[in-house]
Amino acid sequence: MAETPLVEQLVTLRQQALAELAQLADLNALDAWRIRYLGRKGALRQVLRDLGRLPPAQRPRAGQVSNEVKEALEAAFAARVQAVKQAQLEAALARERLDVTLPGYPVSLGRLHPSTQTLREIVAIFADMGFQVFESREVETDLYNFELLNIPPYHPARDMWDTFYLNERVVLRTHTSPGQIRAMQAYCPHPIRVVLPGMCYRYEAVTARSEIMFHQVEGLAVGTHVTMADLKGVLVTFARRMFGEQRRVRFRCSHFPFTEPSVEVDIDCLVCSGQGCAVCKHTGWVEILGAGMVHPQVLRNGGYDPEVFTGFAFGLGPERIAMLKYGIDDIRYFFSNDLRFLEQFG
Amino acid sequence: MRVPLSWLQEFVDLVVPLDTLVERLTLAGLEVSAVEHVGADWPRDKLLVGQVLEVKPHPQADRLVLAVVDIGRGAPLTAVTGAPNLRPGDRGQKVAVACEGAELWDGTSAVPRRMTLRRARIRGVESVAMLCSEKELGLSDDHSEVLLLDPEAPVGRPLQDVLGETVLEVELTPNLARAHCVVGLAREVAALTGQRLRGWPPPDPLAAGPHQARTSFVTVHSADPQLCPRYSAALIENVRLGPSPLWLRQRLRLSGMRPINNVVDITNYCMLETGQPLHAFDYETLQLRQGIVVRPAAAGERLRTLDGVERVLAEGMLLITDDRGPIALAGIMGGEDTEVTARTRHVLLESANFHFLSIRRTAQRLRLTTEAGQRFGRGVDSTLTVPALLRAARLMERLAGGRLHPEIADTYPLPPAPKTIALRPAEVRRLLGMDFAVAELQRLLEALEFRCTPRHDTEGAYLDVEVPSYRLDVSIPADLVEEVARLHGYDAIPETLLRDVLPPQRSQPLLEGVERTRDILVGCGLTEVISYSLTSLETVRRSVVDAATVDAAAYLRLANPISQEREVLRRSLLPSLLETLRTNSRFRKRLLFFEIGRVYEPQPGEELPREPRRLGIALSGPLLPPSWHYHGESPEQLGYTHLKGIVETLCQRLNVPEVRFVPASHPSLLPGRTAALELGGQRLGILGELHPQVRERFDLPDQPVALLELDLEQLLAHRQPRRYQRLSRFPAVLEDMALVVDAEVPAQAVADAIRTAGGELLRQVTLFDLYTGDPIPPGKKSLAFSLVFQADDRSLSEDEVRVLYRRIQQHAAATLGAQPRQ
Repeated sequence: MAETPLVEQLVTLRQQALAELAQLADLNALDAWRIRYLGRKGALRQVLRDLGRLPPAQRPRAGQVSNEVKEALEAAFAARVQAVKQAQLEAALARERLDVTLPGYPVSLGRLHPSTQTLREIVAIFADMGFQVFESREVETDLYNFELLNIPPYHPARDMWDTFYLNERVVLRTHTSPGQIRAMQAYCPHPIRVVLPGMCYRYEAVTARSEIMFHQVEGLAVGTHVTMADLKGVLVTFARRMFGEQRRVRFRCSHFPFTEPSVEVDIDCLVCSGQGCAVCKHTGWVEILGAGMVHPQVLRNGGYDPEVFTGFAFGLGPERIAMLKYGIDDIRYFFSNDLRFLEQFG
Repeated sequence: MRVPLSWLQEFVDLVVPLDTLVERLTLAGLEVSAVEHVGADWPRDKLLVGQVLEVKPHPQADRLVLAVVDIGRGAPLTAVTGAPNLRPGDRGQKVAVACEGAELWDGTSAVPRRMTLRRARIRGVESVAMLCSEKELGLSDDHSEVLLLDPEAPVGRPLQDVLGETVLEVELTPNLARAHCVVGLAREVAALTGQRLRGWPPPDPLAAGPHQARTSFVTVHSADPQLCPRYSAALIENVRLGPSPLWLRQRLRLSGMRPINNVVDITNYCMLETGQPLHAFDYETLQLRQGIVVRPAAAGERLRTLDGVERVLAEGMLLITDDRGPIALAGIMGGEDTEVTARTRHVLLESANFHFLSIRRTAQRLRLTTEAGQRFGRGVDSTLTVPALLRAARLMERLAGGRLHPEIADTYPLPPAPKTIALRPAEVRRLLGMDFAVAELQRLLEALEFRCTPRHDTEGAYLDVEVPSYRLDVSIPADLVEEVARLHGYDAIPETLLRDVLPPQRSQPLLEGVERTRDILVGCGLTEVISYSLTSLETVRRSVVDAATVDAAAYLRLANPISQEREVLRRSLLPSLLETLRTNSRFRKRLLFFEIGRVYEPQPGEELPREPRRLGIALSGPLLPPSWHYHGESPEQLGYTHLKGIVETLCQRLNVPEVRFVPASHPSLLPGRTAALELGGQRLGILGELHPQVRERFDLPDQPVALLELDLEQLLAHRQPRRYQRLSRFPAVLEDMALVVDAEVPAQAVADAIRTAGGELLRQVTLFDLYTGDPIPPGKKSLAFSLVFQADDRSLSEDEVRVLYRRIQQHAAATLGAQPRQ
């Protein structure tokens, strides 16, 4: 059975519309196509206007075909729009592709000096054991820097400190130990647990291993039950927290006029783990601090009765500790403020 | 101190391996810093003891000889040598013979250099071996003659066995004066290895005495027993001066002393061995009618010491004198006129004891460091004079052919009081945190020659401990506790964490504020520096435009500066910040630093200065590091406003409100680009841009430098506690306001006027534009602010805001002549 002209018209319309649609790659053109074929005054509607004039017998067939054509055009349109959008997105992505490896926008954040960082670490470790910071002056009297620490004038022990003098009675402190006396005088008769960080000075030739200026952290505990065993416990705790839990720590007899007994504390060399190398002078050990039980005369000078109170004291050098920890081979870098050095920390 | 091991072994048996010995000594406080093996590099098969069989003239050369030597194996070898101490006809000498292939030091090289011995033809004669000089063996720099070994040296033995030695280098803290000698170290070794000291003091029929101050050859007298508690002397007659035997020279050299002649060498040898310094006078040069008197010098007395220096003595310096005057500087150095020379026949040997303080003071005042002075300066046991004297005298008899006079002169006006210390186990426990039985304490202390007597009283058992005369360092129970601890070993002491009560914990706002400041500034992009507190006036003067403004008297000056660059204590951080800029500007354009450090301000009438903590900042160069984002260098340069922004941020974050910036001047900074930082009428610091003249003097590049210095402690003292501000539930109203004012009116004044008039409802005032030029009339500027109005309890009506806005404009007009911009 031959189709009616209307149906044939619809079929032709579909062919034409789909052929046109396939050519379109632009959303505006697509929209124009939609209006032209599917719009209220579009081609499809124009054809359907003649539907009413068909003999009733032909109508169902024509109606069916027109629906098919409409659905086909709508579906093709939707698919086409989807395809064009996808293509556009892809084009845009291709256009806006970022080299994700490019360096980011500079953020300007400063750094703490390695001595400050090390001081903070030291102070934090001792703070956990109840030691608070106590500060004392850098320009000191001979009395506090030496005599009250059991080092009278001309005493052989004075050879241990090369000293900058302002005059006969006033020096740049050679160690933070005068702070022991000042802390005792400030807190007597209470028990004491303090660390005393600060700058010290020595009359020394400046070399890779010695400086005229350096930080020290003194520690002092005074009480009625403070012992060498406590000193060992506290310092071993410090050494392991600072340098690693597996560090071996040894106590070596030494001498400081303001402590009796006196010790020095070594850890196994960080470089060779005790095998022996240039850093540890082939001994396997590196010294990290000096310590001891506060000398009875020094307790007395601080106002404490040595029959009732005992105490321990220790002193360590943050620069030395930073040198060991980071493998720095020249102490002069610390205060020459070369950014190429400072920027390696923090 | 350097100690040859063979010497040590004369006084103690070494029953532990060397490594163990080194570790025990080190842990006991006698730190062995090095172990040197002399001769370890000598080939055992190619460097041997040889004996000269015959010395023949060289057929071709007058100055060379042919030495035929027996090395105990094979046929005798012929060595050609030019050494002056082998002459034709000589025979029997023991020499060090190097065979072909032996590696040695090059004797002719000015710098140390190794060489390998090869067979050679020297002026036509085959030389198959070499007779070594000290230099070739690495023993000394002497290459003038061949080394002659002791006649007893066995022919054919490797030289290593005869002349090789192990030397310990021991670091001694000042309290270890007693161990500053071979005997003293041997005593420590004995205690640490469970052995006994032996061979000291050597038995001598003259040791027991009694000795008198007056003898047939001299009378000795100490005028001040405090300064000279003892003076002993002996006479050795008919000595023959000459070189010391090799073994003695070798020990001296390995101990770090230079051999001179047998008499002097023996005094040094005995000092090294016993710790007692000795001095040898040429007896015939002394005038001894009055005898020898030890007395303090009168001012202006003179003595030419044996280093050839004529010394003018200060009052109180201790002297040894004869009838004519000073003959030696007591305990430090002898006089030139009475020293032992090649002509000396009789030696008066001095062995005395002097107070350490007197010797140290004299040595320091004369800047004269000697082995004797160092030993006396640390304290010497006064019981030692006679044993040491006899040891030296007997050696002189043996090695210099002298004869000891049977009398010993000795005056001992101030023998040491015996010291006994009571030591209780409770005291040991109180200090060490560990229990020791009385018997254990006794065992440990007796190993160190402390004589212990067990006692008992109501408090229990204890020890009376008698201190040996040489233990000048022991006077209180804590000293004995240290001996117990070091002999027992610190390893054995337990590790405990403080069980004492935790002391009161105190708040520390200043310290927390300083650390907070550091963190804020690091967040602002600044890198922390720490510079020397010591600087020079020259640097200070360079850091200001007009050097005349620097008041040198205001600076604390070192009495003993180590360099001119570090002669005064700083009063400002700025000079060192400028130096830091210079250091880094050579390789960086962009520099942002801060420093927190002390300055030192002498106070009139006070012995010690104030040491306030300052904050310094230096900024220079591009705002940001170079980046591709802006095609290289950041276009914006750091300057005053960036610095001010950092200071404002710091004050905000520290919560120090009310900080004012007031136009100011400063000797280092540019007028018109400098402000003072004020708070409550008080000046806390200064900020501004560096004057170009100063910039040039520090070789800084031609770009602005912004600097700040403020009193950080004062700033922190003004921190306010933080208060929470309730968040308003009602909307804020935003308005802009542009005002035209005279160009000189500070922006701060305009903002202040706005805030004053705006009152409580004006919540925020932000300057967002500054404009001059058309259509603003010349001499005027336009400032545009964004204003935020808000109430906590209601929505503001348009009318309310309009009234406020107009009130602000009117107030600005009335107080500053500000006109609304059209």
